Amino acid sequence: MIPAAFEYVAPTSVEEALAALAEHGDDAKVIAGGQSLLPVLRMRLNAPEWVIDLGRIDSLRGVRDGGDHLAIGAMTTHHDVGEDPLIHEHALLISKAITHLADAQVRHRGTFGGALAHADPAGDLGAPALALGSTFVVQGPGGTREIPADDFFVDLFETSISEDEILTEVRVPKHGGWGAAYEKFVRIAHQWPIVAVAAAVRMEGDTIAEARIGLTNMGSTPLRARAAEQALAGQPATEEGVAAGAAAAAEGTNPPSDLNGDADYRRHLATVLTRRAVLAAAGRG
Amino acid sequence: MTRINLTVDGQSVADDVEPRMLLVQYLREKLGKTGTVIGCDTSNCGACTVHLNGRSVKSCNVLAVQADGGEVTTIEGLAGEDGALHPVQEAFRECHGLQCGFCTPGMIMQTVDLLAENPSPSEEAIRLGLEGNLCRCTGYHNIVRAVQHAAGTTEGASA
Repeated sequence: MIPAAFEYVAPTSVEEALAALAEHGDDAKVIAGGQSLLPVLRMRLNAPEWVIDLGRIDSLRGVRDGGDHLAIGAMTTHHDVGEDPLIHEHALLISKAITHLADAQVRHRGTFGGALAHADPAGDLGAPALALGSTFVVQGPGGTREIPADDFFVDLFETSISEDEILTEVRVPKHGGWGAAYEKFVRIAHQWPIVAVAAAVRMEGDTIAEARIGLTNMGSTPLRARAAEQALAGQPATEEGVAAGAAAAAEGTNPPSDLNGDADYRRHLATVLTRRAVLAAAGRG
Repeated sequence: MTRINLTVDGQSVADDVEPRMLLVQYLREKLGKTGTVIGCDTSNCGACTVHLNGRSVKSCNVLAVQADGGEVTTIEGLAGEDGALHPVQEAFRECHGLQCGFCTPGMIMQTVDLLAENPSPSEEAIRLGLEGNLCRCTGYHNIVRAVQHAAGTTEGASA
């Protein structure tokens, strides 16, 4: 399968990319690593007249220490984010999720920003990025603006990035010393998660002081399981204590029903996976 | 048409290509490197795996223009100039890590990448590392043994 013909431009700066986007607007698609976009183009589910490739913009690559946060360049590959020592130290949940993301070849090409901008609710990065309270930095003709995680994901494959803007950086607040786990439920290897849960916990002795929990594929966007976070805070990190808190994981969610499971099944999975993820994050898994 | 320059299996090449041309098409149709095969065409099976700038990629899911300026190694570039097989190729032969052989170029290219990053992988690490490569004959057992043989973590072909 071969994509429909398109014109191609590979700018070397964000400014040039924005100019190309302004010029071609509705007729253009931005390509990052292309691991989601190219299958779409090959199956001709989309046929843009222009493809704007961000792959030559070196300033969008790399992980930087921003003081109270890590700044992840949007074009940093999953592999490079997952292997980064700063990420291991300050945002362990991100590296845990990346080990479950697609396969090695895709992680070598796919990018952190590209996957988040694609906003597939079954994607593995939305839940951890949301759970850690990330800020999304976008650049447009009017300059730069920062979008809090809670406002970034709008709907299925839709974010609050405007059509004339490009995601340049994701800022993840440091969570040094927090335990983390990503529990992904699939029937076969190398599948999109039916449901997955991203959990980070801060322990005080044997007690869970704080929990941050993100849900994958439990609605049209990644979600925070806030009721479970509140219920878990102050609980002992025991099987019973964590199960009691995790019971609230699906509260307020409206998960999809499909061949892999109906909505009730997904709600059940969310509570089970939250229990497992929180126990693992607390070092009790 | 867009001009691209790259190095493929140690040789410099330059061509005018349509931007929509996939890297795997470029390798097979323009360069005649049919050792790299197209399996699923949906970026699932990994049969088309090559190395781009030293890392494994699925060449059906990369545009040739995205590889401009890069260095590509295919299954055809692994053996020595005298025809001596690469140790991973040798291990797949030794352990019979193939049945129909269609997935083999991708399996070998992914194995080379895996061992470069982790020279002594556990069996679990091998299975996870080859997660993006499907064998339709389901011959995974001997594939894993071939990887272990190449890594020197088993006695190899005796069974």
